[in-house]
Amino acid sequence: MAFLDQHKKLERNVSLLFVFSLIAVLIGGIVEIAPLFYVKNTIEKVEGMRPYTPLELAGRNIYIREGCYLCHSQMIRPFRDEVERYGHYSLAAESMYDHPFQWGSKRTGPDLARVGGRYSDEWHVQHLIKPQEVVPESIMPSYAFLAKTSLDTKGFGDHLIANKMVGVPYSEEMIKNAVADMNAQVDPDGDTDGLASRYKKISIRNFDGNAKTLTEMDALVAYLQMLGTLVDLKAYQQQENLR
Amino acid sequence: MRNGTEAIIVGIATLLAALAASFANDSLFQAHVWILTAVLAITAIILFRRVEFAPSNGSLPPVDTSGYMDGVVRYGVIATLFWGIVGFLVGVVIASQLSWPELNIEPWFNFGRLRPLHTSAVIFAFGGNALIATSFYVVQRTSRARLFGGKLAWFVFWGYQLFIVMAATGYLLGSTQSREYAEPEWYVDIWLTIVWVAYLVVFVGTIMRRKEPHIYVANWFYLSFIITVAMLHLVNNMAVPVSFLGSKSYSLFAGVQDALTQWWYGHNAVGFFLTAGFLGMMYYFVPKQANRPVFSYRLSILHFWALIFLYIWAGPHHLHYTALPDWAQNLGMVFSIMLWMPSWGGMINGLMTMQGAWDKLRTDPILRMFVISLAFYGMSTFEGPVMAIKSVNSLSHYTDWTIGHVHSGALGWNGMVTFGAIYYLVPKLWNRERLYSIRMINWHLWLATVGIVIYAAVLWVAGITQGLMWREYDSQGFLVNSFIETVSALHPEYVMRAFGGLLYLSGALIMAYNIWRTIRGDIRKEVPMGGAAFIPATAPAE
Repeated sequence: MAFLDQHKKLERNVSLLFVFSLIAVLIGGIVEIAPLFYVKNTIEKVEGMRPYTPLELAGRNIYIREGCYLCHSQMIRPFRDEVERYGHYSLAAESMYDHPFQWGSKRTGPDLARVGGRYSDEWHVQHLIKPQEVVPESIMPSYAFLAKTSLDTKGFGDHLIANKMVGVPYSEEMIKNAVADMNAQVDPDGDTDGLASRYKKISIRNFDGNAKTLTEMDALVAYLQMLGTLVDLKAYQQQENLR
Repeated sequence: MRNGTEAIIVGIATLLAALAASFANDSLFQAHVWILTAVLAITAIILFRRVEFAPSNGSLPPVDTSGYMDGVVRYGVIATLFWGIVGFLVGVVIASQLSWPELNIEPWFNFGRLRPLHTSAVIFAFGGNALIATSFYVVQRTSRARLFGGKLAWFVFWGYQLFIVMAATGYLLGSTQSREYAEPEWYVDIWLTIVWVAYLVVFVGTIMRRKEPHIYVANWFYLSFIITVAMLHLVNNMAVPVSFLGSKSYSLFAGVQDALTQWWYGHNAVGFFLTAGFLGMMYYFVPKQANRPVFSYRLSILHFWALIFLYIWAGPHHLHYTALPDWAQNLGMVFSIMLWMPSWGGMINGLMTMQGAWDKLRTDPILRMFVISLAFYGMSTFEGPVMAIKSVNSLSHYTDWTIGHVHSGALGWNGMVTFGAIYYLVPKLWNRERLYSIRMINWHLWLATVGIVIYAAVLWVAGITQGLMWREYDSQGFLVNSFIETVSALHPEYVMRAFGGLLYLSGALIMAYNIWRTIRGDIRKEVPMGGAAFIPATAPAE
């Protein structure tokens, strides 16, 4: 095989070997990843997506910090059993503001893509404090410390600015009011008009049942309770089979 | 003055770290950087105590740099062993947590924080140290040249240990990007980039000063591993930090694009870290231990280029039936199946190298280890393409089948080939007649093998059970199982899995003892392996 003799050139010259190896490993990634950024139908148009409220974003950061994604997926596949168990299959648009994505790779616990509104706040709080009290066979760890840890809100506007830099449409007003909005979302008796006008389809209530302090539990439950609730799936279903 | 510059640089770094910790924007960053400060301070003290000044009447005697630079390889072997045992131990702990959830200790030792510690310890600390140490050894021998860059190799070694310590402590504190196998946050990523570039310089520099006309095949694999990991690391970790003195960053990409970038990275961490790099190891140590030339030079050329070209495409098979566009999923599936043959090229080349040396298996447990490692490599690189088929994946995805698959590759292939390489290296590096005990290698081999077989088998059962239970319907058309029923059904398998891991860990502990005694210079009095030679009857009995 004559072409194998040509290989002598490569294996006698480390620069050539370097360049050819680099080219070999570049191609696949370029062909697969690059089109996702400009092929239009990668992310279908849906109604209802909005950036996370500052409290939800803080809750999401706790979800990431605790490694929830290691046991819970947020990606419902289009199978009969999954759709019946978890709800409508997940749409690409539903994670368009997720930096990073949280689709997960393992279901030691159930999928959470549409867990929002399925259980009460009390259930979530109780379950996070001691999962086995709510689901006796559960193998989930306890997260009681979240209820005792006050949420660090200092300079949270910077988190929105960082998100804006990577493409999440946070407005100046949202950034300016970030910390105030975090406190407002757990205080339905306070002034919530600004918050509600900035974020559509938002739940404003005290999530952890402790009105005195804003805790990490508030943030995490606020996040869990909004998962999968934003997109108007009825409107989506009516148009999904139109071709 | 000797060691002075290094001591001063680390001393200044300690001061800067202390400043960063004092002005940190969040408590997590603060705690993490205080740990860094402590590590750097200890290092600075050790270095300052080692500063040597020239005597007034002359200069310090020169350091001998004529031979191979093996000190850094010796440290690398010990680090590999140490981190391996840490990684296996954490694995047994988290396997037990899945069996008995009361073993979780919140917040620092919950499953969600320990699991990245386990995966990173095994892949990057154990595997990474094995790769760096063996590549430094192999590139010197096959190039007949001393490592390039003087002390740069030491920087690579210690810099990499610092990366591991920062990554591990970060996970326990809760610092994570949530990108599987790329969890460390932006500041740790930047540090790894610096170390990795230094590694590339040492490796390529050594090849450039080689006295052999050809670059040996093991070095092609090592080189492609170093280049590709650099590329993957840079692209997958692109993120915008919230602040210069804070731990949190937000990924540059979102949703679909982010998912594919991550799994392009994730799959090729397997492809290049755990496959290409370890094939480099295989291509040196298997021929050496068998004392046979590599079976086919042509096959090594073909499968090398096919492997590195095809592997990169396989990432989307981690995202079958997700919101990733179908065309990308299908590309991932097709290329994963095509990957089967180049993967087996390595197995065939390794196993066929044994031609004419098979009889040695009877007396040489190190060679047995290499053969078992190649067998597991072949098994898991066949299982992988099968699981990448969309219809199989619809059952296997999200279940423990995936975990079992990863472990037959990691414990079977990566673990065993590393153990074999360490057993080969230690007597040579420490100039010992032989290992302390050959029979203990055999114990290690069988404990590990039985451990892997138990582990993989019970997780096949667990994964398929869970996948089938999720999709089970009754005759009325209702789902039969609630989710929690599919969890409690797996308890026996989870217990057995932890037991399999325990066997594997105990094998590694036997290894540590054996290596420690070898380094001390002891030799165990024992009956040689193989017993009496088997003499076949050449004529019928009367």
